[in-house]
Amino acid sequence: MQKIAIIDYNMGNLHSVERAVSHAAAGNATVAITSDPDMILKADRVVFPGQGAARDCMRELETRGMAEVVREVIQTKPFLGICMGMQVLMQHSEENGGIECLGLYEGNVRYFGTVHQDIGVRLKIPQMGWNQVWQQMEHPLWKGIPDGARFYFVHSYYVEPQTPDLIAGSTEYGISYASAIARDNVFAIQAHPEKSADDGLKLLGNFVAWQP
Amino acid sequence: MGLAKRIIPCLDVNNGRVVKGVNFVDIRDAGDPVEIAARYNREGADEITFLDITASSDNRDTIVHMVEAVASQVFIPLTVGGGIRKPEDVRRMLNAGADKVGINTAAITNPDLVRECTDYFGSQCIVVAIDAKRVNEPGEPDRWEVFTHGGRNRTGIDAVAWAEKMAQYGAGELLVTSMDRDGTKVGFDLGLTRAITDRVGIPLIASGGVGNLQHLADGVLKGGADAVLAASIFHFGEYTVSDAKRYMAAQGIEMRL
Repeated sequence: MQKIAIIDYNMGNLHSVERAVSHAAAGNATVAITSDPDMILKADRVVFPGQGAARDCMRELETRGMAEVVREVIQTKPFLGICMGMQVLMQHSEENGGIECLGLYEGNVRYFGTVHQDIGVRLKIPQMGWNQVWQQMEHPLWKGIPDGARFYFVHSYYVEPQTPDLIAGSTEYGISYASAIARDNVFAIQAHPEKSADDGLKLLGNFVAWQP
Repeated sequence: MGLAKRIIPCLDVNNGRVVKGVNFVDIRDAGDPVEIAARYNREGADEITFLDITASSDNRDTIVHMVEAVASQVFIPLTVGGGIRKPEDVRRMLNAGADKVGINTAAITNPDLVRECTDYFGSQCIVVAIDAKRVNEPGEPDRWEVFTHGGRNRTGIDAVAWAEKMAQYGAGELLVTSMDRDGTKVGFDLGLTRAITDRVGIPLIASGGVGNLQHLADGVLKGGADAVLAASIFHFGEYTVSDAKRYMAAQGIEMRL
């Protein structure tokens, strides 16, 4: 049976992710929350969740040696980033006065508030609730999910990739921004598929079956 | 198109069982939280809120088991409020599967609790619940104060100023209940939600007074709420959540249908 590791680096509650991935895997995988590098390196697939502030995320990743583990598994295994687990893949975040991230993809993480002010719109921050994801590429993880399906979001910062070919999904919140990115064996989404009802479970099920 | 306004059914829980009567004819045990949550999920509820009204602290563990059971079957955001007094209470609820935890009275007795919890667990999972009552005399400008103990105890704290302070302390969201309207079925206190939402940059859930679907729509259109919470209109089968969503969408409100 295939093994799915959910990376635990002390950034928030991962039980929701574990429950939803287990549910979506429907008995075809063992799912474990783990901070053990060995277990993560041996897993068949890796889920990289995360919530909280960029500074804390990066600090936890660095001090636990988890940054290196992420850098390694993201080269080879089917890899799913969720929420902060998408943002920290980029080069730099505006959060906490400016934070260097893992730098795996070209592009930065920006604050909604700054951009909204520049364009003169007043929207609540965090963005909290169900918004539409418009699919920007054909991808196995979108299989069976309608274009424009609503996913559950909670975030104040968003990913701005340097090259549009990275963008797998986009969402409108004052501006149109990248709500999902994908390249090779990596898919990452800003929304919480584990809290996005049927379409979220479908995406997780697609991830479990994905053979990049 | 963009972010949808949310409908949040609220359920009272005592000793781990849902206690507000629910008119679900085909469910043998009307109090089964998993069945009820699954039903609301099928109807399109955007989130579900559980309010723990368990009187005895000995029985408080029962809600933890209830949240665990619901969270392994229903994959939409779950909020739990009632009796949250310390960070440890928040942690237990989050570990059980709650996505957000509501803090009410404890925020008033110790506002730093909100800061501590948002620092540690993140703003996204802390909802500050504000029970407010109109206190101005007729003819005076509108003014609301924060009340505790179901509207019996006056705190002397201005509700709008309190909302701003809680936002500064890192609250991710505000659940604003009008104690004047709660249970009356005459509609939200739209002046209250409007006064707060105009001053505070975080999402606001309007609560208290819903008697029909137009009240829900008014909460968004006139009150400026980001989400509307209701209990009895859904429990007693007057309306389903999907009725409410279609009704609101027909008035031009963006909904997840």
